[in-house]
Amino acid sequence: MTWIHRFALLLAASTLLLVTAGGLVTSTDSGLAVPDWPNTYGYFMFSFPLSKMVGGIFYEHGHRLIASTVGLMMIGLAIWISRTDDRRWVRRLAWTALAAVVLQGTLGGITVLYFLPAPISVAHAGLAQIFFCLTVSLALFTSASWREGAGVIGDPILARLAILTPALVYVQILIGATMRHTDAGLAIPDFPWAFGRLIPPEWSGPIAIHFAHRVGAVVVTLAIAATAGHILAHHRRSTLTRFAWLLLGVVTVQFTLGALTVLSERHVGINTAHVATGATLLAVSVLLGLVVHRRRFADAPQPVRVDSSAAIPATPGAVR
Amino acid sequence: MDARKSWLLASIMALVLTVACGGGGSEAPAESAAPAAPAAAPIDAATVGNITGTIMLEGTPPEAETIRMNSDPVCAQEAGDSELTEYYVVGDDGSLSNVFVYVKEGLGDRTFPTPSEPAMLDQDGCRYTPHVFGMRVGQTLTVRNSDPTLHNIHATPANNSEFNTGQPIEGMTFDASFDTVEVMVPFKCDVHGWMNAYVGVLDHPYFAVSDGGSFDISELPPGDYVIEAWHEILGTQTQNVTVGESETVELSFTFSVS
Repeated sequence: MTWIHRFALLLAASTLLLVTAGGLVTSTDSGLAVPDWPNTYGYFMFSFPLSKMVGGIFYEHGHRLIASTVGLMMIGLAIWISRTDDRRWVRRLAWTALAAVVLQGTLGGITVLYFLPAPISVAHAGLAQIFFCLTVSLALFTSASWREGAGVIGDPILARLAILTPALVYVQILIGATMRHTDAGLAIPDFPWAFGRLIPPEWSGPIAIHFAHRVGAVVVTLAIAATAGHILAHHRRSTLTRFAWLLLGVVTVQFTLGALTVLSERHVGINTAHVATGATLLAVSVLLGLVVHRRRFADAPQPVRVDSSAAIPATPGAVR
Repeated sequence: MDARKSWLLASIMALVLTVACGGGGSEAPAESAAPAAPAAAPIDAATVGNITGTIMLEGTPPEAETIRMNSDPVCAQEAGDSELTEYYVVGDDGSLSNVFVYVKEGLGDRTFPTPSEPAMLDQDGCRYTPHVFGMRVGQTLTVRNSDPTLHNIHATPANNSEFNTGQPIEGMTFDASFDTVEVMVPFKCDVHGWMNAYVGVLDHPYFAVSDGGSFDISELPPGDYVIEAWHEILGTQTQNVTVGESETVELSFTFSVS
């Protein structure tokens, strides 16, 4: 395992921690516990006394500290990749990820300064997931297994499912973020029924958003079941079957957490775990999509090109 | 496939997803001076009347809960285990405190001078004092932090401008005001989630907050009025009342909980 891959993995893990911390901020309603930005109660962010990280400040300022750390790590990774990786598209992806995290920080500041307007907060939540997927992808692309290649997967059905599934998961996450930032998380207070019925007997904006998230949960679960079922029925490659079982496991946990979030009336721990598990589900589905479409990448394992690539030393002078 | 296409494909998940990302006691009028009135509707100090009354609660409300302040050691140390929620402040006789009572209609187009004295909201012991109060449109509201810990003062009005300001140092004050009538403007501290308060913002001085169930609205010109009583959990009730010359009218509101 190369050091750059280790660092990319650390960045991806740190980003998941950041997403989780963001979930804690909203779950504890601490988004405005620090009213200024980029300073914290007038202090430069990194000089804010730890003794003052009390109440909601602990969550909000903690989120900012983790975010800043992740941003610095992303700068480091982008520079590292740009100087050592011979694949131009990977270098571009690293800089794209850096631009995404810069934009993400800006959105975070705007949403604080404007008292958490729902569209900005939802965009902040949505971009967080994209950035997380970018870091996970970079970790994959810097791995030895990716460079070696997993071989060609000639399955057009799986190819479509592997694109459809992460797209559906992401749309579901956006609906969930909208529900979270419009305070519609308990608009339908019972589960599995909706006001005692299959379909809500009355409608409002929050009820519609909440119900859409429930419908989305069913759709995503079915999509993952179809993807995983297809893999298990038609493929024996351990890489794919592991993805199938992982997807099934994560979606089961996520569905359960969603139900418990309602039944517990948004218990902070459960509510936050629901956010983190949703991000994990998206990342796993994106990874599966990348692996399934591996042959479409420029560094796909074709004998001649693999040999050629292996012959090029990974030095700045050799960057293409 | 060339490198450019590969890069695009590597980004495809994020790019596809990006498309979807869009996105007290009864309180006398705030100022004791007799309210000035326009020439068209003068108020004769010799004929003004009063509305006094009681706010009662029927039924048994949920018991006040002890507020856990252990997320901030300073608050926990100051408060101990004695701080209770203020949603229902009820006496043994059912008298209900912290109800904002005010003249909702009946003053016509009378105008009143804005008080020069500020209304006060203190953060003391990691609680807001007072919990419910009234002030006037354009009047200065001075918010003070009397705690040796930091607070943010976050007003979340529906019709006025929202603000959120930090007060990291004990003794700090912050001045604000509201431009529009609004009953009620909520305040909260996002650092300490248990802290909340409400202010009724009016363009006249005829309001009070019940204390021990009693309220008193004084120096009211004779006339027909709609009086509203507001409680943070139980909502509002209104009554019509006629105040005669130099008359003190008794008025009572009864809220109920099931």
